[in-house]
Amino acid sequence: MTKKKRNILSKLYIGIIFTFLYAPIAVLIAYSFNDGKTSVWKGFTFRWYVELFQDSSIMTALYNTLIIAVLAAVISTILGTAAAIGIYNFKGTPRKLIQTVSNIPIINPEIVTGVSLMLLFTFLGRMLNFEMGFVTVLLSHVGFCTPYVILSVTPKLRQMDNHVYEAALDLGCGQWQAFYKVVLFELLPGILSGFLISFTYSLDDFVISYFTRGSKFQTLPIEIYTMLKKRISPKINALSAILFVVILTVLIITNIHDARVEKRNKENHGGTV
Amino acid sequence: MKSKKLALPYILWMFVFTLVPLVLVISYAIRDENGNFTLEFLAKAMKYGDVFFYSLWVAALSTVICLLLAYPISYIISRSKERTQRTLTMLIMVPMWMNFLLRIYAWVILLQTNGPVASLFSLFGIKLQLIGNTGAVVLGMVYEYLPFMILPLYTVMGKIDNSLIEAAQDLGSNKFNVIRKVVFPLTVPGIISGVTMVFVPATSTFLVSQYLGGTDNIMIGDVIEKVFWTDKNTGSAIALCLMVVILLCIIVMNRFGDEEAVGI
Repeated sequence: MTKKKRNILSKLYIGIIFTFLYAPIAVLIAYSFNDGKTSVWKGFTFRWYVELFQDSSIMTALYNTLIIAVLAAVISTILGTAAAIGIYNFKGTPRKLIQTVSNIPIINPEIVTGVSLMLLFTFLGRMLNFEMGFVTVLLSHVGFCTPYVILSVTPKLRQMDNHVYEAALDLGCGQWQAFYKVVLFELLPGILSGFLISFTYSLDDFVISYFTRGSKFQTLPIEIYTMLKKRISPKINALSAILFVVILTVLIITNIHDARVEKRNKENHGGTV
Repeated sequence: MKSKKLALPYILWMFVFTLVPLVLVISYAIRDENGNFTLEFLAKAMKYGDVFFYSLWVAALSTVICLLLAYPISYIISRSKERTQRTLTMLIMVPMWMNFLLRIYAWVILLQTNGPVASLFSLFGIKLQLIGNTGAVVLGMVYEYLPFMILPLYTVMGKIDNSLIEAAQDLGSNKFNVIRKVVFPLTVPGIISGVTMVFVPATSTFLVSQYLGGTDNIMIGDVIEKVFWTDKNTGSAIALCLMVVILLCIIVMNRFGDEEAVGI
């Protein structure tokens, strides 16, 4: 096979895979402009978008989802960063044990985590007299996000030079000052990526929220689930189209940003050599 | 900085929100209302054995298809220009970020009776029932998890030194042997993590089968969800079984990975 032929085959294969990945999304978006409730095309309309923004239960769910995601990301970032530093100072078997237990929520099937937390909250709820809702969903989200924060902070701890912290102490920094000026600064990239992972996982979670939300509290994925159960409504298509555009924009921006940073690093590196 | 105390809040947290819930699952699975030990619920869980096997079968099939589809595209991406690599991996990640319910819903629309795909086939006079069978469930799973197979494969392939491939070619390997003797062994860690990332969630997924497979093709996740609301004990027993099965799968796969690594 000549090189040219192989190139054409590669491009064809990439084309097929990307059609498979994007065709469903394209159809979703196309139907969001369809002026009819079935799959038959009845003309162009924006009315599903208007109805989407007038739907108070979707808007409440969106608000809840964002609040939960921000809080869960902040809490698990703090809890996880502290834990990562603490665990790093353990040695041998205790450290291994803590790490293994910490990874349970990642390895365990989501549905098992969801069911087990529901048992916990019904048990505690009976004892302390509360009902599942906002707080239990938040606690569950912090539970499955924190291990990811630990996983992204720990490698940065390994890369860090311990002497810098000691140097800061020798140069007259207090313990706390040395901690935030040296340690936190060095860990920052790991902390940030942990925060972002937590935020997106919390936004996207359906299974665990489903089991820990009680009877009234709605998040956006739960709302989508409820809408799908009732009937196929083009409002969901409009919602998908908006989410798709938001996701695409965010990823393109981060992509361009990364490319620039890499280019700058390369240039700097080239300058010093 | 030397303080172990910083881990204390999280250790407490894990005790309450990870360990206690698991103990509760086990306790619900093996004790009756009076707190006596019983195998009744585990026996009830065993009745869903066929659903268990069906789930494992669907997950395994989806994993194999994902691997077959992902391997060539990961290789093509890893051998292309840096800028193209970046754009293509980004485009693979975009659908992954859409909520999984929306992605499955998209397939429900595509495959529904008289939907776009069915109309396309009927143009050629072919009448097909596209939804409500195992094929549709596997399709949904492959769509759902394909990026999780591509990304780890691409990562290990990107690290393969081009000169290794050229060396093999110079030494007289044909294309097939280059793949078999150089590329494949070096990608085993990527295959293992890809297979784990697809197989584990695919086995325990729920709703995908409900939406695409119809009532006859439910998976173990759907059973747990259905049973749990009415009978917490049996639900916990099934969840416990699922957890053990998944754990065994992970152990086997890691063992396999270690041996392969030693063999190279």
